[in-house]
Amino acid sequence: MSVGLIVLAAWLINAAAGPAAYERFAGLMTSIVGRLLLFGWSFAFFYHFANGARHLVWDTGHGFEERQAIASAWFVVVFSIAATSAFWAFAA
Amino acid sequence: MSLRSPLGQVLGLGTAKNGTEHWWAQRVSAVALALLGPWFAALLVLADDLSYAVVIDLVGRPLNAVLLSLFCATVAYHSYLGLQVIIEDYVHTSGLKIVLLISIRFAHVFVAVTSVYAILRIGIGT
Repeated sequence: MSVGLIVLAAWLINAAAGPAAYERFAGLMTSIVGRLLLFGWSFAFFYHFANGARHLVWDTGHGFEERQAIASAWFVVVFSIAATSAFWAFAA
Repeated sequence: MSLRSPLGQVLGLGTAKNGTEHWWAQRVSAVALALLGPWFAALLVLADDLSYAVVIDLVGRPLNAVLLSLFCATVAYHSYLGLQVIIEDYVHTSGLKIVLLISIRFAHVFVAVTSVYAILRIGIGT
């Protein structure tokens, strides 16, 4: 995720640098390796989002029953897969 | 049996009322990102494509430029806080620990300033 942050900054600075720089950067990111990395980061992002929400709920003192903890764990797995799929389905 | 230190028992002052800043800063930035993160994902999904012209137009819109700047700065802050905890917990060589802590601090400030500068430059026009 922290490395993805560097790519986000690189994306923006290359856009600011002009069309030629942006095309070069876009070429890198749309290569096979680039696409795989972006896919991985998108999954990490949605997983971190869902599990972060889970931790924020725990911080309020709720959801510690074993049944609830198992349910929220599965929610995180299902949400991150569904959100990643939806993201790429609609982004394409 | 008291868990308080002998000095703490003598002074009887209780806690110093701080020590939770790092934990709290992580939660507050998490809440901010719980709002800004989905917004950013939606911005990417709703864009026609991510060609140069489209990106310059999208990033250049005032509200997008403000939210994207906030997103980049908050992500950098949240990322720094998270990596800091990992280094503090798992790097046990004190020299290496200090070098890493300073390095990631510089790196995160650099990335945040780079992002916000890029957004301003696109928004205001080169």
